[in-house]
Amino acid sequence: MNFITKMFDKMEPTFSEGGKLSALHSLYDGFKSFMLIPNDTAKSGVHIHDVNDSKRTMIMVVIALVPCMLFGMWNTGAQHFQAIGVEAGFWMQFWFGFLAVLPIVLVSYIVGLGIEFTVAQWKKEEIQEGFLVTGFIIPLIVPVDTPLWMIAIATAFAVIFAKEVFGGTGYNIFNVALVTRAFLFFSYPSKMSGDKVWVRTGDAFGWGGEAIDSFSCATPLGQVATGTQPDVTFFDAFMGFIPGSVGETSALCILIGAAILLCTGVASWKTMLSVFVGGALTAMAFNAWGPADNAAAQLPWFMHLVLGGFAFGAVFMATDPVTSARTETGKWIYGLLIGFMAIVIRVLNPGYAEGMMLAILLMNIFGCLIDWCVVQANINRRMKRAINK
Amino acid sequence: MNTIKIKRGLDIKIGGKAEERLSQTIMSKEIAIVPDQYVGLAPKLAVKEGDQVSIGTPVLFDKNHPALKVVSPVCGQVKSVVRGERRKLLSIVIERNDAAEQRADMPSLNTKSADETIAVLCELGFSALIHQRPYDVVANPEVMPKAIFVSAFNTAPLGADYNFVYKDEAANIQAGLDVLVRIAKTYYSIAPSTCSELRNMKGVEVNEFAGVHPASNVGVHINHLNPVNKGEVVWTVPMFAVALIGRYANTGKSDWMQTIAVAGPKVKTPCYVKAIGCCQIGSIVKDNINADENIRIINGNVLTGLKATNEDFLSPMADCVNVIAEGDHEDELFGWMMPRFNKFSASRLYCSRLLSCLSPKKTYRFDARMLGSERAFIMSGEYDKVFPMDIFPEQLCKAMITRNIDKMEQLGAYEVAPEDFALCEFVCTSKIETQKIVREALDFMRKELE
Repeated sequence: MNFITKMFDKMEPTFSEGGKLSALHSLYDGFKSFMLIPNDTAKSGVHIHDVNDSKRTMIMVVIALVPCMLFGMWNTGAQHFQAIGVEAGFWMQFWFGFLAVLPIVLVSYIVGLGIEFTVAQWKKEEIQEGFLVTGFIIPLIVPVDTPLWMIAIATAFAVIFAKEVFGGTGYNIFNVALVTRAFLFFSYPSKMSGDKVWVRTGDAFGWGGEAIDSFSCATPLGQVATGTQPDVTFFDAFMGFIPGSVGETSALCILIGAAILLCTGVASWKTMLSVFVGGALTAMAFNAWGPADNAAAQLPWFMHLVLGGFAFGAVFMATDPVTSARTETGKWIYGLLIGFMAIVIRVLNPGYAEGMMLAILLMNIFGCLIDWCVVQANINRRMKRAINK
Repeated sequence: MNTIKIKRGLDIKIGGKAEERLSQTIMSKEIAIVPDQYVGLAPKLAVKEGDQVSIGTPVLFDKNHPALKVVSPVCGQVKSVVRGERRKLLSIVIERNDAAEQRADMPSLNTKSADETIAVLCELGFSALIHQRPYDVVANPEVMPKAIFVSAFNTAPLGADYNFVYKDEAANIQAGLDVLVRIAKTYYSIAPSTCSELRNMKGVEVNEFAGVHPASNVGVHINHLNPVNKGEVVWTVPMFAVALIGRYANTGKSDWMQTIAVAGPKVKTPCYVKAIGCCQIGSIVKDNINADENIRIINGNVLTGLKATNEDFLSPMADCVNVIAEGDHEDELFGWMMPRFNKFSASRLYCSRLLSCLSPKKTYRFDARMLGSERAFIMSGEYDKVFPMDIFPEQLCKAMITRNIDKMEQLGAYEVAPEDFALCEFVCTSKIETQKIVREALDFMRKELE
C-alpha cells in the first residue's frame, strides 16, 4: 500500500503543471483516484460522509450488465455456429462470441474514454465515471456485425454532442448510449436493421466459418414487422436463444441485472416497474382492440416484453438517473409513457420494428417537463397556502 | 398532543456517544465573542481593549438593528480585539476574573407586551441566540414573528441528550417558555423519549415528533406545524436560550453556564462537562483526546458544527464538541470496489444497512474524508429520503446554485436552513457541499430582498 502511495507521490511532479507530462494530468489523476480513494477531507458543511460515491454506483451498473454481456457473447457464438451449420460445444461458442464482441467493447471504450480524458484535460477537471457504464452498454445494444469504424464514429458523436457539449456527466439530456445507437440507426440503416446483420456470418480473428452468401436471419420483431408472427417460443425469447443485438436477447440475464440494480438501490424500481406496466397495458389494449391484420398488434403482450430491446431498455436505459425524470411521482409517469410509446411505435409505425430506443429518447426530452409539472404542483400548493393565510 | 412520525431521515451509526455523566466544570481563563458565530449580524464594537465588562455588558451590537446586542457572559477585562483582513472583526477576547458581578442596569423580564419583551431580550443579549426563518439568521427584533419554535430534544449524531442536560431545569424551561409566549404562539416539540419533567409544559402547543434524525430539527417542525410563507417570520429558539431566559426570569441572574457533550470516536471518555459560554475549546477537550492520528475537533456536532482548534471558542449555538479522526493519511486501495464492512452508508451499495439490521448497536469508522470526488447531480431521489419536509430539496438546491430568487421562493427557501440539508450532504453520492450552497443562497436572497 505504502509502495503505491509512494509511487504516485513520486510521479506527481511529472504530471503536475510545469512537469514533463503535464498534458496527461487528467489521465494520471484518473488512475490515481481509480486506485486510491482520494483522502481530501471535508472543508465545509458536514464533517463525515457516506462511504458511497459515484465510482461505486457506476461499477455496480457495470456488474449488473455482466450477465447480459456474458450471455450475449455465448449467444453470438451459438447463433454463428448454427448459421454455418457446424456443431460446437459451449466453450467454443462462448470464445467465438468473446472474440467477436471484444473488439466492439474495446473500440467503444478507447474512443469514449479517449474523448473524456481529452475533455477533462482541456477543462482542467477530474475525469468522471459516466462513460464506464456507457462504454459497456454500447456493445450490448448494437448488432454484432456493426463495422468497428461505425461504432467509433457513433461513440465519438454521442460523447461529444450528447454529453460533453452539455457539460459532461450529469448534465446530458439524452442517454449517451442510446444516442450512439440512434446515430448508427439513422446514418447506417442497412447495418442496423433488416435480416442480414444480427448473426455473425464471417469469422472472428480467423476462427469460426463463413455462412452461405444468401444466409438471412431476421429477429423475431423483424418478422413481426413483415406481417408474420415470430417463430420463437416464449421460453426461447425469455432465455435469449434468438438473434438480436448482443446483450438484449436474454430477458433472464436482464432480470438478473435488474435484481442487482434494485437490491443495491442504484436504479429506481418505480421507473423500471412502470415501463413494464405501461408496455404490458398498451400491448394488452392492442391485443384486445388492435387491427386483426397487424402482426405487432396481435403479438401477445408478454412476447412484447421479452422481445427486442424492451426489457433491456426498461432495466438499464430508462432508469438512467441523469436523463430520466428525477421526482418520485415523475418516475411513474415517465416509465408508463416509455412503455406506452415503445409499443405504440412497434405496432403503429411500419418503418421501425423496434420502438424502445425512440421511446426512451423521446421521453428523455419530456422527463424535464414531467418533473416541471410535479414540482409546479408543489409550488402551487405553497402559493395557495400563502393566499389562504 | 399530536404525534408526527418522521420516516424520512437517517440514524448515523457513529461511536463515541457521551455517557450521561458530568465530569467537570470548566471556567476557562479566556472567553471570546466571535461575531461570525452570530449569523447575519453586522457587528459593531461596543467596547474597546482594556475595558472592564460585567456579565451582561454589551460587547457588540448589530449595525442595522442597534437594539440587538451580544453581551459578555463573564466578568472581566477586554484583553484584545482581533481583526482579520480588511479589518474584519474576528473575535473579542475577554480575560475572566472570578467575580460574578452583573451589569448594574439589567432590565426586568416582568414584561407584558410583546414589544417590551423583545426589547428586554435584546438588552439582555438573549435575543442574539434566537434565529429567524426566513434566512436562518439572528432574529430581527423589529419584525414580529408569527410563531416561535422550540425543540426540546436532539436527534443529531453525537449531540447532547437534552433529557440529561435540562431534566433538572424544567422550571427554568417553563419560565423561559412563559416569556416567549408573550411574543407569539410558541410550539414546543418533544420526542417520545422526552422525560416527564420536560414533557408537560404549559401555555405552549406541545407536539411530539417520533423518528430518526432530522426529527429534532426545528425546520422539520416548522414545515409540519406552521410553514413560513412569503412575508412571514418565525423564530427558532434553542433550548439553551430558553433555559437562559428562564434562569433570568426565575432568579434575576444571567447565568451563561452550558452543559456540553464531549463526544466522538476520538474522545477518550465521552461525557458531559459544564462550561461557561464562549469558553476556549481546548479547555473542554484537554486531556480527553485520543490523538494517535490526525484529529479534527468540531465546534458543534459532526453534521453542522465548525472545524475548530484548541484555541477556538465554543459557539453559543453548540451543545456539543465532537472529535473525529481527520483521516487525511489513510489510503484505501481500490476502496470503491471493496466490501468495506467497517464503513457506514445509507445506500445498499455497502453492507452497513444489512449489518445494522443484524446488530443494531454496531458503530462504524468515520473520519473527515469526503470519500469520493465532487460531481454534478447524478443520482435522483437521494435527498428526498432524508428530507422529511414538503419541499423538493434537489430542485431547491439547483435554484439556489443558479441564484434564481423566484424559483427559490416558490420552492420553499423561506422555510429552510443549512442544517436541514446536512443529511442530504452526508448521503450525497456526488459529494456536493449542500449546506454551503444553502447558506450562500440564503445570504444572497437576504441581500437582494431586504
